Amino acid sequence: MADVAPIVADERLKREGVVTTLMKRPELGAVAGAIAVTIFFLFTASPTMFTLSGVMNFMTPAAQLGILAIGAAMLMIAGEFDLSIGSMVAFSGLIFGAFVVTFGMPLVIAIPATFAIAAALGVLNGTIVLKTGLPSFIVTLAFLFILRGASLVGLKIATGGSTQLRGVRDALSGDWLAPIFSGNAFTGLFTYLGKIGVIDTFPNGTTKVPGIPVEILWFIAFALIATYVLLRTPQGNWIFASGGDENAASNSGVPVRKVKISLFVLTACCATLVAIITVIDAGSTDARRGFMKEFEAIIAAVIGGCLLTGGYGSAIGAFFGAIIFGMVTIGLTYTNFDQDWYQVFLGAMLLAAVLFNNFIRKRVTGER
Amino acid sequence: MADKTPATNGREATPIVHMDKIEKHFGNIIALAGVSFDVVAGECHCLLGDNGAGKSTFIKTMSGVHKPTKGEILFEGKPMVFDSPRDAMDAGIATVFQDLAMIPLMSVTRNFFMGREPTKGRWPLKRMDMQKANDETMRAMRELGINLRGPDQAVGTLSGGERQTVAIARAVYFGAKVLILDEPTSALGVRQTSNVLATIDRVRKQGVAVVFITHNVRHALAVGDRFTVLNRGKTLGTAKRGDITGNELQDMMAGGQEMAELEGSLGGTV
Repeated sequence: MADVAPIVADERLKREGVVTTLMKRPELGAVAGAIAVTIFFLFTASPTMFTLSGVMNFMTPAAQLGILAIGAAMLMIAGEFDLSIGSMVAFSGLIFGAFVVTFGMPLVIAIPATFAIAAALGVLNGTIVLKTGLPSFIVTLAFLFILRGASLVGLKIATGGSTQLRGVRDALSGDWLAPIFSGNAFTGLFTYLGKIGVIDTFPNGTTKVPGIPVEILWFIAFALIATYVLLRTPQGNWIFASGGDENAASNSGVPVRKVKISLFVLTACCATLVAIITVIDAGSTDARRGFMKEFEAIIAAVIGGCLLTGGYGSAIGAFFGAIIFGMVTIGLTYTNFDQDWYQVFLGAMLLAAVLFNNFIRKRVTGER
Repeated sequence: MADKTPATNGREATPIVHMDKIEKHFGNIIALAGVSFDVVAGECHCLLGDNGAGKSTFIKTMSGVHKPTKGEILFEGKPMVFDSPRDAMDAGIATVFQDLAMIPLMSVTRNFFMGREPTKGRWPLKRMDMQKANDETMRAMRELGINLRGPDQAVGTLSGGERQTVAIARAVYFGAKVLILDEPTSALGVRQTSNVLATIDRVRKQGVAVVFITHNVRHALAVGDRFTVLNRGKTLGTAKRGDITGNELQDMMAGGQEMAELEGSLGGTV
């Protein structure tokens, strides 16, 4: 480091303007992107996209991805990757499905048990990365395949040859915990709003949108908690420090290992939450659940301002990154464009985000 | 620049740290061959030496990174064994290494309190006291003569001298009795160097014992109260300010003979 200490022309720097101050917020790119995408669809998509039901339509996949993306973002800020998130969704889905259907456990036991297994796998991931000093990229890439394969094999064993496990809905009918992880919230409020004419109803009087899908609430709550932890707690400071410079952090007394392992556990638990929500929602689980989600989550985190090198990023950014994702995937169906443009669109967004982040980083730090 | 008031003059102060005939061997290499050194509160003791003289090994022994092969470390008069840098830090020996242990992407405040964040509230609402952290950071920096633009300024935007000052301020804030500075001026320009030297002077006046490692005689003479020269793992003696000239120090560091010849051809400019 001694050799990079730059000799700046003057001790006092110039006063900065509002724009520069804004530029220092890591989530700026994602917010700007979300606004740009919204404007794009306002002009090109059919107006139904921005009705209440249209918004719920793109927010639901955004929420499922977003829960993963926020976990991935926090781990990326701490300087590590987890490529096993997508496979973890499938694996947790299998474990959860097997607990509920094959063993007939109630949710109050099945959910904590599934989380415990996921957490153990997170600890395993983290421990291998930290003990060996290998890049987390390669270690979790191995788990991407291991968990995907294990899900396939496990499902075949559980079902006697099929890669899909059904019957979750029957097994859970009447379970008191189910409404927290599936269905819609605030249905009473929505019915009332329909009655007084604030929101659209079908001719028979039922509202077009029965309530807010619970995953959206989980997504928003998680984004708020993650932001609070990152910006306002000592642990948040440790996360930034661990990713910024591992040596400097541990020399200053930051428990870098604990921080990183906890975050590997967090990403595994995020995947499990998504698995539980989607399995209860669909009433079944299959081995292709969460396919490619690890990349989408990392892309959302990067669009949200996370640097690939760690030490910088935000949970709110990942929140907006995931919403951009949801809008683009679902939004194209409201337009006349071929839906398959969405991959081109996302690739371009990713590239733009990386270039933008790189530029910002140089501005913020004034070096390197 | 610095006030020329050696703290040791006129009174017999007990050294905070006394390193007695320290030897350090790495396999068959003798890095330190019996080095004695002490530092008292409120003085700046300069440790001079050319590259390879053993300066780094010596301060690493003092800061708990290495254990001496032979010799004794007396801390406030009592023999001490430091098992780790943490032990030394807890006792009050803080070392500012050249990498400064700072993270350019993080704000000054976040760096300042990294690993030792002030908190308020109770679990689960136990949170970082940002107001306090910001205020304390600004105050600590002002005491060392630097007015930050804001506590949320990223460390990466600070000049090298300012960064050095943040690292020093942090060590002092967290109760350093002995502050070891590893070549703090080596990568700095003229103005920045004078700022860092002024910072050393302020810290000394707060009663902290400063060990200033350098190979630049002029920087040492600017703030030093005493000077110890290391050469090939041995001390060539300790001199008080006023008892020795820059040229003599320079010659001792270089081992005398060759330097004198060189200096003739360079016109005495080194």
